[in-house]
Amino acid sequence: MKLITAIIKPFKLDEVRESLSALGVQGMTVTEVKGYGRQKGHTEIYRGAEYAVSFLPKLKIEVAVKSEMLDAVIDAITSKAKTGQIGDGKIFVTPLEQVVRIRTGETDGDAL
Amino acid sequence: MKIETLKKTGLAALAGLGTLAMTAGAAFAADAPKDPLNSGDTAWMITSSALVLMMTIPGLGLFYGGMVRKKNVLATLAQSFGATCLITVLWMVIGYSIAFTPNADAGLNNWIGGFGSLFLSKVTLNSINPLGPTIPESVYMFFQMTFAIITPALIAGALADRMKFSAFMWFMGLWLLFVYCPIAHWVWGGGWLGTAGAMDYAGGSVVHLNAGTAALVTCLVLGKRIGYGTENMSPHNLVLSVIGASLLWVGWFGFNAGSAVSAGYNAGMAAAATQIATAAAALSWMFAEWIIAKKPSILGMISGAVAGLVAITPASGFVDPVGALIIGLTAGVVCYISAVWVKKAVGYDDSLDAWGVHGVGGALGAIMTGMFAKASINSVYPKGGWLTDGNFDQMIAQFKDVGAVFIYCAVVTFIILKVIDMIIGLRVSPEVEVEGLDINLHGETVHS
Repeated sequence: MKLITAIIKPFKLDEVRESLSALGVQGMTVTEVKGYGRQKGHTEIYRGAEYAVSFLPKLKIEVAVKSEMLDAVIDAITSKAKTGQIGDGKIFVTPLEQVVRIRTGETDGDAL
Repeated sequence: MKIETLKKTGLAALAGLGTLAMTAGAAFAADAPKDPLNSGDTAWMITSSALVLMMTIPGLGLFYGGMVRKKNVLATLAQSFGATCLITVLWMVIGYSIAFTPNADAGLNNWIGGFGSLFLSKVTLNSINPLGPTIPESVYMFFQMTFAIITPALIAGALADRMKFSAFMWFMGLWLLFVYCPIAHWVWGGGWLGTAGAMDYAGGSVVHLNAGTAALVTCLVLGKRIGYGTENMSPHNLVLSVIGASLLWVGWFGFNAGSAVSAGYNAGMAAAATQIATAAAALSWMFAEWIIAKKPSILGMISGAVAGLVAITPASGFVDPVGALIIGLTAGVVCYISAVWVKKAVGYDDSLDAWGVHGVGGALGAIMTGMFAKASINSVYPKGGWLTDGNFDQMIAQFKDVGAVFIYCAVVTFIILKVIDMIIGLRVSPEVEVEGLDINLHGETVHS
């Protein structure tokens, strides 16, 4: 099993969620986050006073999937979250040791 | 304002004589003196007074409150509200008397009013101040009170985020008595500047240049905020500022049109000029910023609107709509330059641009009044202005007005601040400043 953590542009959330649902992904966790990458930050100007804002708002989505679904999910996120502009985000994949559904006690593949 | 109302008294008296002559044959012995009160004027002036009060609370409080950081919002609102209450009482005790009642000594009257109406002792149910000949003196006193409130309250824009509340309250009271009251008397109360022909319809020099100059001195004496230029001091909630600026705009019709002290042609033209200049200045600031900084900010638009309101204030009852348009367009660009570039170049921390907008806009408006005043708009000044009626002398009177207010205000404000600093200290400790004034000075926070 794999845990996929993707940082995306906030306005791309709906498209990504729809394409993952279509693949049969059953759940997702979304968090509003701030950070920077190659896009760096931006500048705000108030009556001429400039402030560099280093961290931009992004969304972090976390999806746990069976290993055989990994490539399809990565493809779906990549294609839907892409604008071609700097700042589209990144996808991180980590191995997942154990999953438990709290209500039933099911584990691993059954709990996904 | 003064001469206009005196003239009105004269006209009213003439009309009264005519009536008397017509009725004399019938029953001249039984005629009681006609009550000079005009109910339309009175209704408008009570309304105007309430509108001007609304400019300070909540207008100015929200305008400034939205621009500070979240830790200092309540302290900023407390300054507007506290000043309103303190000045109301001081105005009742002494302010009105020394600003708007005559001094028995004609020489002294050039400089300060009399002490004969302390605690409003001469303001009775049906007394009338000749400066407002068709309304009750109680209403005239109230109208002028609301001007006396907002003028010192404007200074708070320069001292935001770092002044002790106790020092602020002392400053408000002393500044009212030693700076505002004398200057109001000089220009409007029968003093030397009004006599010398200075045109200031609703307070370009008396209110805005005066408060702006005090603001400049105050931010220089206080010093910069900790972290100025390095920390992010962006406004915490510009929605509050937009609401505040909009309330200022609406309330300003009481300020400018109310300064006719009557409900007639002059009030109507002053209201129209105010609306035109304000919109023009908001646009010119917006376009200047759009061209230079690439984006038209809402803070820029509301700042431009306030700059236009300030600049049209001295001119509002003297110029025609085209004059108002020119004054507004100029004010937006000039105040943009002063608040954005000059402040940065010189390096003073006028936190919310009380000098940059009110001081500069007030002086600009006063001078442009001398250029664009038209004799046909306000017959009290039959010579008009320089560019409109070729009366260059008016420019001299306007520069004298601006110079006198600037110098007197700067010197006396400096002395008041130094005295308060010696006795109780002006500025909060660095620890309080960094942690925030709301929790430390007032024991409250905006969000719990």
